[in-house]
Order: sequence, then C-alpha cells, then structure tokens
Amino acid sequence: MTRLQGFMRFECSAFRVQGRLRPAAMILAGLLLSAVVAASAIEPFPFESELQEQRFRSLAEEIRCTVCQNQSLADSDAPLAQDLRRELFAMLQDGRSDMEIRMFMVDRYGDFVLYRPPLAGHTLLLWGGPIVLLLIALGSTIVIVRRRRKAL
Amino acid sequence: MIRMLLPLIVFGGLLALLIAGLQTAEERKLVQSPLVGKPVPEVTLPALHDPQTTRSTAELVGQPYILNVWGSWCWACRVEHPFIERLGQEAGVPLVGFNWKDEREDALEWLERFGDAWSFHLVDFEGRAAIDLGVYGAPETYLVDHRGIIQHKHIGPIDATVFEDLMRRIMQMRAEAGS
Repeated sequence: MTRLQGFMRFECSAFRVQGRLRPAAMILAGLLLSAVVAASAIEPFPFESELQEQRFRSLAEEIRCTVCQNQSLADSDAPLAQDLRRELFAMLQDGRSDMEIRMFMVDRYGDFVLYRPPLAGHTLLLWGGPIVLLLIALGSTIVIVRRRRKAL
Repeated sequence: MIRMLLPLIVFGGLLALLIAGLQTAEERKLVQSPLVGKPVPEVTLPALHDPQTTRSTAELVGQPYILNVWGSWCWACRVEHPFIERLGQEAGVPLVGFNWKDEREDALEWLERFGDAWSFHLVDFEGRAAIDLGVYGAPETYLVDHRGIIQHKHIGPIDATVFEDLMRRIMQMRAEAGS
C-alpha cells in the first residue's frame, strides 16, 4: 500500500525535483509561494478572443488532473496538467469543439477525467445516489411527522 | 432496546465503511487506462543515445514487448530498477524505455550510474506522446502483444509480486505470439 506514495508525491508538488529549477530559483519560488497560492495555476496563453479564453477556462475546470486527483486542470501545478493545458489550448486553436476535446481526454484517461462523467451503467450510483438519499430522507421525514401527529 | 441501539449500529456501520475505504484508498487512486485492450498508439520519437535517429513503436509490431515509462527525476523509478534489470535479462522480449520529460544529460548519467537494461529508449521531452499513451505518472509499465494491443498496464514501481505477475503475462504473450 505504501509503495505508491513515493510515486505520487513528487508529481503532485508544485515544485518538482527535476533538475530544471536552479537553487536560487527554488528560494525565490519558496518566497513567492505564499503570494501564488491564491492565484490560478494557468499560464498565460495567447488567446484569440475572450470567448476562446472562456472556453479554455471552463474546459480546464471540468477536466480532472489525474495526478492530483482532487484538482482540476485549471488548479493543478503538476507537470502533466501543464502539458494537458498546452494540449487543450492547441486544440482550441485548431478549432476543435468542446465535445471533441472532452473525448480526447476520455479516450486517453477514461471517464474519470471528467468531473461530470456521462450517465452510464457504472456511474448510475454516482448520479442516482443523491436522489435516492433525498427520497429516503423525505420518506423518513413523512413517517416521523405522521407518527408525531398521531401521538398528539 | 433496538431503537436505543440504532445510533450505535449506524455509527458502527459508518466506521466499517471508513476502515474499508482506507484499506482501498491507494488502489482507488489508480486510474485504469481505457487503452488496455486497444492498439498501442504509434509514437515516433528521438532515441536517447543517438538523438539524430528516431525510433517508433511501429517497428516492434509482430512481437510482444514491454514499454517502461521512466525519468531520472523519478524517485520510484530507482526503486523498481532492480526489477527492470531482471525484466531485461529474463523476459526475452524487447524492453523499451520511455524517457519522460527528462533532460538528456540527466537521463544518460542516470543510466550510467544505475545500469541500462533497456533495449532502447524513446525520448519524450515535451510529454506530447505520453498524453497519447495515457501516461500520468512514472513509473508505468505497459505490456504490448505481437498484434500491437496493450494487454496490461502497471502503474507505479515494480516490486517482487508485480514482477512475478508481469513475467507470467509476458510468458503468455510469448506463447501466443509463437502460435
């Protein structure tokens, strides 16, 4: 179980141990870290229009970074997320549709990369679960209220 | 009596869920690749030792092979390295290195230091080909059969148990390729 921890750890840190960061840059990065935390991870791309930038942002927010799994592509500083953002931008430049871009990601990383996976057999519990819970809660509320009324 | 015990029973249930969840937490982090069972994407990349030449997965069609994603920056790749050496010696199929987002000098130095058991290395500096392969971490090990179909993908370092499993699968692929 523990064997995977090392595997994930380097990848998820904002500053990867990869030899590309010089010591001075590391120190500077450390000093700046507190200021950067609130900022978005997205690097400035030369967007053609505001619409394109909006599409980029909304797609980056709905695609999961498979390295840091509770972060979207828009949030993550993982090197893979950087690569995928670059790919996403290239595809937008290429004139590909949002659906094509989602399919591109799903073909490579599976339904898991979408924060809103399609409704299918294996995602039925995910989508239906909240409704089922709501029905249970409603049902038990009705039962309890009726019992109390009878008791009065 | 049962009514009074109900909260305790519910609490016990939640506790059991939590413990079960913790036990499989690491496993659930692994993203099963949709590419398993599908043809390996054709990637053509520069070779590591000789950057002027390119190597491709296309040249390996017709025989089973292992594709191992590694990088000199990857701590866990060092952990699995003894098993990579064994794969290189014992598997009897090409062992292709996929040098991911690395610096050439660092990679060559790493190989010098720890040993180069791979048949050859593809260099993916940009990480573009890795996206097509669905790589999301290093190390990752793919088994591709003689028809070019990805038969198996192991995510994370290879240990003794994984090594046995991989060897069993490789032998099966070799048997299939022979027939």
